[in-house]
Amino acid sequence: MDSTLVIDIAISAVLALAVTLNALQLAGLLGWVERKASALIQDRIGANRAAIFGFAGAGLVNTLMADPLKFLTKEDVIPRGADRLLHTIAPCLAVFPALVTFAVIPFGDVLVIAGKEINLQVAPLNIGILYVLAMVSLGVYGVVLGGWASNNRWSLLGGIRGSAQMISYELAMGLALVAMIMTYGTVDLQAMCRAQGGTILGFIPNWGIFHQPLAFIIFMIAGIAESKRVPFDLPESESELVCGYFTEYSGTKHLMFFMTDFIEVVIVASLATVLFFGGWQVPFLERDGFHFGETIIALPQILVAVLGILSYTVKSMFFCWLQIMTRWTLPRFRYDQLMRLGWIGLLPLGFLNAIVTAAVILAFGSH
Amino acid sequence: MPVLLFLPLAAVLLLSALGVVLNRHPVRSAMCLVATLFLLAVFFIFLDAEFVAALQIIVYAGAIMVVFLFVIMLLNLEHDDSERRRISWQATAIGSAGLFALGLLYIVKKTGTLMPGPGMDATPAADFGSLQVVALRLFTAYLLPFEITGLLMLAAVVGAVVLAKKKIA
Repeated sequence: MDSTLVIDIAISAVLALAVTLNALQLAGLLGWVERKASALIQDRIGANRAAIFGFAGAGLVNTLMADPLKFLTKEDVIPRGADRLLHTIAPCLAVFPALVTFAVIPFGDVLVIAGKEINLQVAPLNIGILYVLAMVSLGVYGVVLGGWASNNRWSLLGGIRGSAQMISYELAMGLALVAMIMTYGTVDLQAMCRAQGGTILGFIPNWGIFHQPLAFIIFMIAGIAESKRVPFDLPESESELVCGYFTEYSGTKHLMFFMTDFIEVVIVASLATVLFFGGWQVPFLERDGFHFGETIIALPQILVAVLGILSYTVKSMFFCWLQIMTRWTLPRFRYDQLMRLGWIGLLPLGFLNAIVTAAVILAFGSH
Repeated sequence: MPVLLFLPLAAVLLLSALGVVLNRHPVRSAMCLVATLFLLAVFFIFLDAEFVAALQIIVYAGAIMVVFLFVIMLLNLEHDDSERRRISWQATAIGSAGLFALGLLYIVKKTGTLMPGPGMDATPAADFGSLQVVALRLFTAYLLPFEITGLLMLAAVVGAVVLAKKKIA
């Protein structure tokens, strides 16, 4: 085999592994952040029961060691009369689309190693953001099948609620993305990040949020609704449906549904970062160093790449935090409020935003 | 597309397509159809039609099939074990299969082969099937059909609302 081909395959494999592990790791960490943050917000002490020789590590031992161990070693119960095959497949169908979405999200600009330029994005597909939409739309199946295959009324109700909610908010999310595609004139997420370099008027970073604030609000609300978290957690709603579509799941399968939720939080955060906050862009930083007007502070390439990755990570962590704050601040919507917000609130706003964006581009002719 | 990838994928595709017809349970049938549509999208990607693949998943696997499942669950359809309808089903199946075979025979008789003809193995342009190319064709050469389809869909949506709502306030 050609040696450059082998190197290319190796680079792709390393990138894919790094991104997947990073997503899983972030999802695990979010489990800890969520429990500790909820405790802080509600003025409790929070997860601190498990400890090794008295060391609880601010709940880390509890959430990152004790809880996963408990989940992994618990008995896997499939209720009587349930569809055994679909009951087992459902959690896999939930995790898979969430994990593969990260393939198109760029987490840095380019890394030059030994003269070879590595694009810090696992799969530079020419359909870019459409791939994200496709995978998001497949995420419904885990919820629907999990609810249906459990042979439990609460589960079924949760599954049906979930499917209706996710279809409804996909539309609003798609329309927000349409406006962003028009703004940047591309569907490739890496190209979108590159388009956000530079500044407006010399001091505001040229980020999507300053061009499309309404699209950001629509995207964020629809994104939280897509990941089924409070205030949109009607498919789960503990006080009404026990645990919604995954009531009848235990052990590892329950953990998989649980992880899917957190992975989706990370996806929404990364997409918000990439689309609206410049992705890996650091204000005033270009490929050869910082540019402040005429003064240039030169930096080595590797440092620029690391700064970019760091910038992406910090921004997406901020949006993870924002979503967790939202979850522990707001009460749950009623179902009719949820539907009204989606169809009468966000959808027309999304249409309006897209039409205005198109009109502005048509009138001024620039992206 | 390498044969090593094509054969197993095609086998799974055919199996899931058969599963749609042979499964007695509507939900399992629907899930087989989802798998079939998903694998079709994979084939589109190998044929350089990435945009069509994305649409295949977003529209068919991601939206239409979810609505199918939604309806199946709402109506709580159970196994269809009625024997009396089987004969007409068999007749329909044999009839359509026969028509398809006749069509194939006609093609073979006319061209002498089932293999692609001359010119069909030509390598497509580098940007073949990309979003830009499809969009350009859609909004220039096929603008009128596109707009008419849009109008038809709008009419269908309005019709659905009229039918679903007993009294329009």
